[in-house]
Order: sequence, then C-alpha cells, then structure tokens
Amino acid sequence: MADLRIKIGTLELRNPVMLASGTCGYGAELDDFIDLAALGAIIVKGTTLEPREGNAYPRMAETASGMLNAVGLQNKGIDYFENNIYPRLAEYDTHVVVNVNGNTVEEYVELSRRLDRLSAIPAIELNISCPNVKKGGMIFGTNPASAREVIAAVRKAYSKTLIVKLSPNVTDITEFARISEEEGAEAISLVNTLLGMAIDVRTMKPKLSTVTGGLSGPSIKPVALRMVWQCAKAVRIPVIGLGGIMNADDALEFIMAGATAVQVGTVSFIEPRAGVQIVNGIEKFLVEKEFDSVSRITGIINRI
Amino acid sequence: MKKRVEDLTVTDNRKLTDSFFVLKVHSPAGLPEINPGQFVQALVTDSHATFLRRPLSVHDVDPGTDSISLLVQVAGQGTERLSRLTPGEKLNLVYPLGNSFTLPGAGEEVLLVGGGCGMAPLLYLGRKIRELGIKPHFALGFRNHTRILEHEDFKKLGPVWLSTEDGSEGHRGFVTDIPAFRDKHWDKVYCCGPEPMMKAVAALCRSREIFCEVSLENLMACGMGICLCCIVPTTSGNLCSCTDGPVFNINDLKWQTSG
Repeated sequence: MADLRIKIGTLELRNPVMLASGTCGYGAELDDFIDLAALGAIIVKGTTLEPREGNAYPRMAETASGMLNAVGLQNKGIDYFENNIYPRLAEYDTHVVVNVNGNTVEEYVELSRRLDRLSAIPAIELNISCPNVKKGGMIFGTNPASAREVIAAVRKAYSKTLIVKLSPNVTDITEFARISEEEGAEAISLVNTLLGMAIDVRTMKPKLSTVTGGLSGPSIKPVALRMVWQCAKAVRIPVIGLGGIMNADDALEFIMAGATAVQVGTVSFIEPRAGVQIVNGIEKFLVEKEFDSVSRITGIINRI
Repeated sequence: MKKRVEDLTVTDNRKLTDSFFVLKVHSPAGLPEINPGQFVQALVTDSHATFLRRPLSVHDVDPGTDSISLLVQVAGQGTERLSRLTPGEKLNLVYPLGNSFTLPGAGEEVLLVGGGCGMAPLLYLGRKIRELGIKPHFALGFRNHTRILEHEDFKKLGPVWLSTEDGSEGHRGFVTDIPAFRDKHWDKVYCCGPEPMMKAVAALCRSREIFCEVSLENLMACGMGICLCCIVPTTSGNLCSCTDGPVFNINDLKWQTSG
C-alpha cells in the first residue's frame, strides 16, 4: 500500500486523480462504469449564471491523436444546477468541484458567491481559459490585467478552495500562474485546450461551426507537460496537471514534473473507466518502486 | 439498462459490397437487453488517425448465440480498420447506448424506411415488430442497382419495396416516390438514412399526420451524453443525439418545422 492522499487548499483528496470538467458530465453519466468514490475529485461541467445553448453543430472534429471541440459551455445555468443537479451531487462520496464561467467579472463573482453557499461543493475551478465563447473565458485568461482582476474579485467573494484553470494559449503561462498565486488562489490547473482548427477539404469548409475550437487528447500532452513543469517551478501553490493523459504512466509524468494532482479528461470518452484505472496504475507503480507515498515523486525530476 | 465496456469476439465479417460489410460479434459475458434503435461505440485499434470510438447501429441481435450484427460502411480509416477484422479477433464495445424506437401497438400498419447505411437499425426493429405479431413493411432507397445492399433478411420479415434514383431497379426516384408509401395507410413510419431522405420522409409524414420517428447519425465523441458534441436542435433546446436520441419524433426536431 502506498499513501495516495494529497491536499489542495483545504481539500483532502484520497488520491491525486480527478475527472476534468466537461469530460465527466455531472458524474451520473459514468455511474454504470465506475465508482466515483474511487477518485480524488470530479470537476463537473462548466456552469454559468444563465442557461446557455452553446455553439451550433458541428462542434467536434477528430484529429490525429486528439479532438477539437467547440461546445461553448452549454449548460442549464446555476438555478437549474442548484435545484436539480446539486442534490444528487451532495450524495457522492467524492469531492465535487464546479467549473465556473462568466461573460463579465460581475458574473464570475455572482456565480462564485452562489456556489460558496453550497455546503457539498468544497471548491471551484475558475475557468478563465475556455476558447469557445465570444465573451469571457479565454479573454480573461490571456490578458494578465484581466486575469488579475477576475481572480481578485472572485477571491473576495468565495471563501473555500479556489482553483484557477489556465489557458495554454499564451506566450508565458508562468505569468498567469504567479498572478493566480498572488491573488490568493489555492491551486492552479493546467492546461485547458489549445486553440486549433480543421478543414474538410472535400466540402472546402471548416469542420467546426465556429471555425476554431479547443484541441485535447494525447496530441497536446508534451506541451501540457512542459507548461506544468514550468508552473510548478514558478509557484508554491499546488499545480494540477492535465492535457492528454491516457494512462497511469502519463499521469506519473505530470506528477514527476511537479503536479500535485492530475485531471483525466478526453480519455474518458474512449475508456469511461480510465480515471479509476489510472488511480490503480499510480498505486501499483509506487508499490513496485517502494515509495510509501505519492508525494515522494511529486516534482522528482526537479530535485535530481 | 446498464451500459458496459466489453471485449466481444468477432465470429464473422461478411463483405456486402466494396464499401459495406456486416460484422458479427459474440459477447462472452452474455448480451444485455438491447432495444431496436440502440447503438454501440466500437474501439478501433492500430489506426493512427483514429482516436475516438466509432458509433455503429445495432443491425441485428441473436439472443440464442449472444451475438450482435453491425452493418458498417467504410467511411474513413477507422471503419476501414474494422472492415479488416477477422474471426477470433476482439472488438471492444461500449454498449448498449441511446434510446430506441417506439414499437407499434396491436393492429397498426408500419413502414420502415431506409437508405444505404441507414438500413442498419431497421432489420432488428423489423424483427422486434414481427415478434409483436405485426408484419413490418420496408421501403429501401438506393442510388442505383449497383449500390443495392443485400436485403434477404428483411424479406423474411415482411414485404420489401425498392427504389433507385435512376430506376435501374425497383421504383424510379426516392423512397418517398414508392407508390405504396403514398397510397397505403400507415400508422407509424420509422426512418433512418441520409439527412435529405429523412427530411423528405418527415415532410411527407407531417403532411399526412403520420407518426414518424427518425434515427439520426450525428458526429459524436463520447456516446454517453457527456461531451455535448452530437447535439440536435429540438423544441426542448439542444439535446444529445447519443442519449436523448438517436431516435427522435419528427415533431420534436427543429429541422422539420420548416419542412
């Protein structure tokens, strides 16, 4: 047995594996396949104050070792969430984190305030990195002054654990990591999707209705890993690594680069049991290598 | 009905035409209940360009041998790899997925309309309808006589009418030009095929106030209602074709209100 427990802010997770927002629905979608209690946390679908219909079809294009999406934060809004989804989430024996989005600083603040009141939601993930919305999202996450403004405002409005989800679509991601730390975030998660596009040469049209979308999957893993390594050296708050993790070895790479925890995303579309398989794979590795806890290998490449 | 991930064993791979084949796979664990209209998500291995699973309609179910048949059209590298599967190989499926067709009531006259790969779910639907003691009628449309797919199994269940766009076999024109479609009384029409065909069928059914369900084939990633990529604009907003569908009543679809 190895000790897989980790801490993110005031959250104690039984292991370092979370399911990434937008790839696990509200948890129930995976009930037939896995026991959510076997995971460190689940980060449920990006939520906004008002209901959103998202972008027009087509919203998805398969790419070599990955996929582009342009969903655009389709969700039923915080009222529906609170009345219809939250009661079920409160029953889960795992940490449930909500991914928070808005068009304006005021919307982020209002939504964070609403979520602060929900006792079974111990943390939020501030999404300043969604590439698929015209307002908000990545616009906040690619401009240092805007990022600072929204993080500072949400920090004042939200009393529990605040995680900021960073965009890779910037020149120097460590700048945004430092801003998050300076403004009081307990952790950062990275990376959100990389902005990309694809064209159908037969129809001579873009494959996505929005032309551009967010690239995820194993094709982005080396880029994500490099950014996690950079950020882990730049800040003292925990870094949650994600981007193209397909198996336990991928997750271990992020941990060895300095990630305290990881998020498992797109792989769940192909293997809905992946999150739990990765937990088991990490533990097996630690036992085989005779490490008594996962913290022994966190950032290990930076210590040698 | 619980969804599962399972390695099934390929027992047969039969080529129908240059681009169509029927895969038969056996479930060692025993098949769960599968309803007509449901689909599977097939994992493609050893294909560099294929990342996501491939959604495939359940073409037929043989509970006696715990086997599923999948009618597949080669459309890209993923389905090309599937076309080369040989008996004994494993095929990993997430299944059964999606909703299903509304079965007819006693004494109802039903027409099952398909074209190309859209024929896939209609065989199992026809079989289930036949089990209710109702004779299904089939209207199958093709571009020309060289594109016609084998339909012997359909004929065993009920009458089959064919149409080809060039008139090289069956009725000339589209499925909606088949005289029996227009002349006979139908209580329920079920349709799966290319979108223009489904829209034409839906328009005809709407004009005659016939109950009509269509099975959509939207691009999808997860198949489990998570990624929200396969959305369909409906009168209740954007719904997932993988979990709220793939079968929709035409009255609920936005694309039909203008038809």
